[in-house]
Order: sequence, then C-alpha cells, then structure tokens
Amino acid sequence: MPARKKKARRKIKDSLRPLKSRSNQPKRFYGYGIPRVDPETLIGKMIVIEGADGSGRSTQIKRLTAWLEGQGLATIQVGLKRSTLVSAELEKAKQGNILSRTALSLFYATDFADQLENRILPALQAGYMVLADRYIYTLMARDLVRGCGMEWLENLYGTAVVPDAVFYLNVSPDTLVLRNIAKSSRLDYWESGMDLGLSPDLFESFIKYQGMMDAQFKKLQRKYQFKILNGEQSMDAVSRALHSATESLLSS
Amino acid sequence: MTPELKGYPGRLIAVEGIDGSGKTTQTHLLKRWLELQNLKVYHADWSTFQLVKKTTTRAEGRQLITPTTHTLLHATDFGDIYDLKLLPLLKAGYLVVCDRYVFAAFAASIVRGCPQDWVTGVYGFACFPDITLFLNARLETAVHRILRSRPELNYFDSGMDLRLSPDTYDAFRIYQERLQEQYLAMGTRFDFHMIDGDQPIEAQQQTIRQLIAGKLSLDDFTHDE
Repeated sequence: MPARKKKARRKIKDSLRPLKSRSNQPKRFYGYGIPRVDPETLIGKMIVIEGADGSGRSTQIKRLTAWLEGQGLATIQVGLKRSTLVSAELEKAKQGNILSRTALSLFYATDFADQLENRILPALQAGYMVLADRYIYTLMARDLVRGCGMEWLENLYGTAVVPDAVFYLNVSPDTLVLRNIAKSSRLDYWESGMDLGLSPDLFESFIKYQGMMDAQFKKLQRKYQFKILNGEQSMDAVSRALHSATESLLSS
Repeated sequence: MTPELKGYPGRLIAVEGIDGSGKTTQTHLLKRWLELQNLKVYHADWSTFQLVKKTTTRAEGRQLITPTTHTLLHATDFGDIYDLKLLPLLKAGYLVVCDRYVFAAFAASIVRGCPQDWVTGVYGFACFPDITLFLNARLETAVHRILRSRPELNYFDSGMDLRLSPDTYDAFRIYQERLQEQYLAMGTRFDFHMIDGDQPIEAQQQTIRQLIAGKLSLDDFTHDE
C-alpha cells in the first residue's frame, strides 16, 4: 500500500475515536453567576483563547473549529463585541470616544453578559463545544491597565462560567507591531491604548500599552491558571500544541 | 464611602422613593432653597444617555433584556453621569442633589432576581450619599397619584418586562409594591432618613431642610464672591 494511502487510512481511523464534549466535572461560575441558571445543567465544554491582536488567535480558533468538527463535535464560536443587544452601540461609542471610562467598562460587561446568557449558556446546556475568541480576561486586563480595581472587576465578571481551559498566546510587543502593520498597515487606536495618553506617538504608545497589557495578563494568568503558549512559533506549531491540549481535555 | 469620608469638599444628597412618592417635588424645593441661600448646588439630571436609551427602546417588549443586562445597562448610564458630572462637582465642592441614586437601581435589580451583593458591587465605583432621604409614602397614595393622570408608562420603569399582570395598571401597582419592599429592606443598611409621606408637602420639606441644616455646615458651600 502506498504511504499516502496508509496515512489517509490512519487519519480516518483516528477521526473515529470518540471524543467526549461532555464534562465529567460540574461547571461553576466565578461569582454569583446568572440568576436561575443551575451550573449542573451546563454539560458542554468550553475553551478560551486569549492574546493580543496579531497573536494568531483567530487563525487558531478557525483551525481548532475545523479539527473539532472533523471529530464530530458540535461547536460554536463566541467573541467580544458580538452581542445582539449592544454591539452596534458599543462600536459607535468606541468610534466617538464619548462614554466615560467606567461607562465603557460596563458597556463591555453588558455585551459580554448578553452573549453569555444568549449564546454561551444555551450552547453549554445543549452539550456543545464553545470556543471563545477572548473572554473576560481581556476585558479585565484592559480595565486593570486603566485603573479599575481587581475586586470590582471580579464581582462584575462573577457572572462568567469557568471555562475548561484557557490558552494565552504570548507574543512580544515588538512582534505584535510587525504583525499588525503587515495585516492592516496601521495600528489600531484602542489596541495602542491611545486613550491613556502614554505617548502622542502611536508606535511608542502601542509598545508601551501592549507591555502593560502583558503584565496584567501575567497577573491574571496566576490567578486563573491559563496555559501559556508561545505565539512566536509557527502557526502549525501552535496548532499542534492546541490540538494535543484539547485532545487530552476531551478524553479526560 | 461617602464624599466626606473620601475627603472631597462636596456633599451628596440623594432623594429616594417609589414613583408618586413626591421625589421630584421635594428635590425641586430642596434645590430652590439651597440656591436661594447662594450655595453651590447641582441637581442631577437622569435624562438617559443616548446610546443606552437606544438599546433599551429597541429591546422593549422583545424580551432581549434580562435581569443581568438590565442591571448592567443602567449601571453604564449611571457610570457615565457619575464620572462626567457628579464626581467632578463633588471634587469642586458642590452640593449635589440627586432625584434617585443607586438605591433605585438596587431595588429594580433585586426585584428582577439579581443577587443584592452582586448589584451593590457593580455600583462599587460610586460614593454613597452623605445623606439619603427616603420619601416613605403609602403605596396606594403614590400609585394613585401616578395612575390618575393616565400616564404613558415606561416599559421598564413600570416593570412590564416582569409580566406581573396582563393589566398594565395592575402590573404597575404590583411592581411599585415590590420596589417599596426592597427600599424598606435596605433602609437600615444604608442609613436612610425616613420622611413621612403622609405629611403635607410643605411639612415634609420643612423636615428635610431642618435635617440638612443640622447635618451639613451649609455656609461652607457659598459661592465665592
């Protein structure tokens, strides 16, 4: 038998090994959760990928989705600023820079809660795999950089369900700059933290801001136990690491 | 923490009570009195912020809003006014008089089933008032005052999202009753000064003015010449 065919046969055989999306471990909320939702009913699994813009998050989510669907698992994707309730208004608020800092934090928390209640929790109740392209940690890190208290944020996002795994794609600010410029030939106002007045220079502000975000992520990592992946490796290497971590999660 | 405990020169006075308890009237008279003493006074205006208002209007009747997002949307609105208006004025040494403050939001959220400690925490960025006046009107008097004018009831402010009754006016009455219960339950914890709502308007105002003159040294708030 030719090697190519052998390889294909092995791949098909592999894909027939059953993976379980259902959790053996009962889910819980970080804090008070959502009124009238019993965490025992959340039988699906949830994986979060965190990382700055340009860390390769979206690509990895796409690949992971394809792989999971190949395994026969029903998968949904969620992210930030995608709620039906407020995403349009939130986008407007970002453009105009018109909401106060506290109000903007709370508006993001509203957007998150809407998706949590209308997409994440129903999917988990139906036994889906939920893949989150960023989660509460990005929102918390942004607010921490802007001076919000940890205690306040923990209570605010106590609504969130605890994921089964969180991966943080770690990429240095210097690499992020190059990837962002290569992708859209510009640096984003908010991703450069220009609202903070760190520097009138966009490039300098970006480097400083991403460094501050990274420091907050490292703090959150200890608390929430993210798995850190080296996002500077090739896309394939990151994918392999994600697949094997996900596989062990799903067969446990 | 109150503005006083935070070391701000301004003071925050909140007037709370269910719809029809006379908040607007009493707040107006209080503000006029302070103004006429040539004091630095600001009356907080809760006319809703445009973005949030758009969201809630769109969501009316469509069951898009849950107790959690209801709480967070109102907190967003409040946070904006707090950061941009109230806090700077408190730091500038103003007497800030609020027709409703966080307690109205606490009551509305708790009635909808949110945990009290979560809601209190969400509003944790805001100072508590130096003085909170609670207009303790009898439920029937207050509800009658609102309903006899054939009002156009606001969907959320009259609790219609809770579907308490198919009859709008009944639903409104039940909702106000639940709010009143929550207010009364909060009174001790948050140090409300109870104002007897069965008294005539001018007698209530007299009580309020005496209370405030006794608690604050008002001459510290005169306009600089």
